[in-house]
Amino acid sequence: MAVSPEQSPDLEQRVRSIVAEHRGTRGALLPVLHAVREEFGHVDPAVIPVLAGELNLSRADVYGVITFYEDFRQSPPGRTTVRICRAEACQAVGARTLADRATSRLGVSFGETTPDGAVTLDQVFCLGNCATGPAVEVDGRLHGRVTPERLDTLLASAPREAGA
Amino acid sequence: MSTPVTVYVPRDSAARSVGADEVAERITAAAAATGREIRLVRNGSRGMLWREPLVEVAGPDGRIAYGPVAPEDVDGLVAAGLLDAAGTHPLHLGRTADLDWLRTQNRVTFARVGVVDPLDPDDFLAHGGLRGLRRALELSPQDIVAEVTDSGLRGRGGAGFPAGIKWKTVQEADSALKFVCCNADEGDSGTFADRMLMEGDPFTLIEGMTIAARAVGATEGYVYVRSEYPDAVATLRAAIATAYGRGWLGAGVLGSDLRFDLSVRVGAGAYICGEETSMLESLEGKRGTVRAKPPIPALEGLFGKPTVVNNVLTLGSVPMILADGARAFAGLGTGRSRGTQVFQLGGNVARGGIVETAFGVTLGDLVEGYGGGTRSGRPVRAVQVGGPLGAYLPTSRFHLPMDYEAFAAAGAMVGHGGVVVFDDTVDMAGQARFAMEFCAAESCGKCTPCRVGAVRGVEVIDRITAGIDRRANLTLLDDLCDLMTEGSLCAMGGLTPMPVRSALEHFPADFGEQPAAEPPTTTDLATTDLATTTEARR
Repeated sequence: MAVSPEQSPDLEQRVRSIVAEHRGTRGALLPVLHAVREEFGHVDPAVIPVLAGELNLSRADVYGVITFYEDFRQSPPGRTTVRICRAEACQAVGARTLADRATSRLGVSFGETTPDGAVTLDQVFCLGNCATGPAVEVDGRLHGRVTPERLDTLLASAPREAGA
Repeated sequence: MSTPVTVYVPRDSAARSVGADEVAERITAAAAATGREIRLVRNGSRGMLWREPLVEVAGPDGRIAYGPVAPEDVDGLVAAGLLDAAGTHPLHLGRTADLDWLRTQNRVTFARVGVVDPLDPDDFLAHGGLRGLRRALELSPQDIVAEVTDSGLRGRGGAGFPAGIKWKTVQEADSALKFVCCNADEGDSGTFADRMLMEGDPFTLIEGMTIAARAVGATEGYVYVRSEYPDAVATLRAAIATAYGRGWLGAGVLGSDLRFDLSVRVGAGAYICGEETSMLESLEGKRGTVRAKPPIPALEGLFGKPTVVNNVLTLGSVPMILADGARAFAGLGTGRSRGTQVFQLGGNVARGGIVETAFGVTLGDLVEGYGGGTRSGRPVRAVQVGGPLGAYLPTSRFHLPMDYEAFAAAGAMVGHGGVVVFDDTVDMAGQARFAMEFCAAESCGKCTPCRVGAVRGVEVIDRITAGIDRRANLTLLDDLCDLMTEGSLCAMGGLTPMPVRSALEHFPADFGEQPAAEPPTTTDLATTDLATTTEARR
């Protein structure tokens, strides 16, 4: 799936200019990867050699960093990303029920995207909403005291069709 | 009727998660519909999270609270005189300052959170902001460090290391370049005080870090915030920009010769980066693997330079210590745990939120007193104190005072002050298994006891609960816990046995064991000085 930089001069050029914006930054790789992810929604493996060259790192170093952190997914996510908190404080108020409900409603496991590309389901360990849990995040928007019915509403509000 | 009434609706992400934005919109619309002019302030949260969204209206006798307010309550509230701070609606709670839950606390680090507009620098100044920094700029760096040492302030991130000693080490290190790093990678479940301070009073953190920079001779600082906290990141970035504009950061801080540059760095979803050396690796743009110590970060920290690494609440307590003197802070607390701690009540608790009070308050006071028991209404069965690596304690331990040493003696830890409550439906063998599972998922992989031990731990617990070779597997689990505790490079592997062992010790029946007789209450631990605690709360 990965597009090589030769096939995608736009990606390569854009990544180079992102690096240029972080020239004065100490230890710039993480801020650069965040910027890449924000712009493209994921970190295409095709950027690895570009970043390695620009930042004077080995490809292995860049690959190692990308794969260490949960945030730097290498494939595009679904049109909506749902993250369910599975940490202790939310477990105490029904996070397991929400997790089971989400996986069965969507028919995917955590870390997977529905076949129609509508929803990516992820787990997260703590969103800092521990007194108003269980917590669910939909496209960066935090929801607290989420009941199973509320979860259904949140899942139903995800657009099913591309461009919808 | 011509002066606009001030209405407060929190911008805190917990309040927003339960509808604060919609409430604010509805209030604005309802005010416009009735022709009333209002001044809407999006403050931080007062920390009474079970009452969020908590709306306050400035009245002639102070701020009047209403909550929890759902968006659909707004029209009724306005009709019942909300904008005149009237007291006829059922959601009317009275004067905020008179509410027992708040009145009995001792807000020091959280003094301004929920009170001020987090991004208004003049509001910050009007509530005592920069008093600490101004005094620090009149003192020698040695005297600043002495003040922090004398206050007895210990690291609020969990380890409880004396902040003054750390600062002195960095101060005495010889280097042209030094750093101040704030660990805001608050990944422990049940902790949210760092987030609430950053969202509710970011200038205090900036002030604390600037004082630290002055004390140790640092010129650059970083706040490492986890990516799960986008609101905290945005608030801090906006506050830092304002602080530069006001001359509170950059060259010549407040007209002095101090130069201090501060920026925010965002984590990327790795729990281990809350460990200080792992955080430093991440700040350097690398995989967040743990470093062996020594060398300690105070001498060889970020990019190998002397570095202060402190938690948000530690640095957030510094301005008050400098402003009011070490003695005021040291006068609170118990034993070697001085000052206040910002306790956080979460999980299955009726009244969850922030309880800032002097060390020495008992666990039971927090859970039953402030917390009001469970949200489900069922009996409390267990509480986990100090995050995912903290012990699970039964209600028979509710007499324990919240004090670093008393908790350590009881095989538990105060940690960051997070308390997660579980009712009687909890399966403690499941929680023990989860502790190992979490460690396996979040281990950085550098040391074997943690990386492999956690995986083996899950397997052994599964065999125990399945009833396979129970005796032998319990011995094996005990041995594995010893190995992880003693052999791991950092607290991740080193403390994962704590929730596992405490669950096994206090709730053996869940593992298929015959319940042991309730162990005798250790009288040496039941030494809470209630008089002191009550005194300190006043």
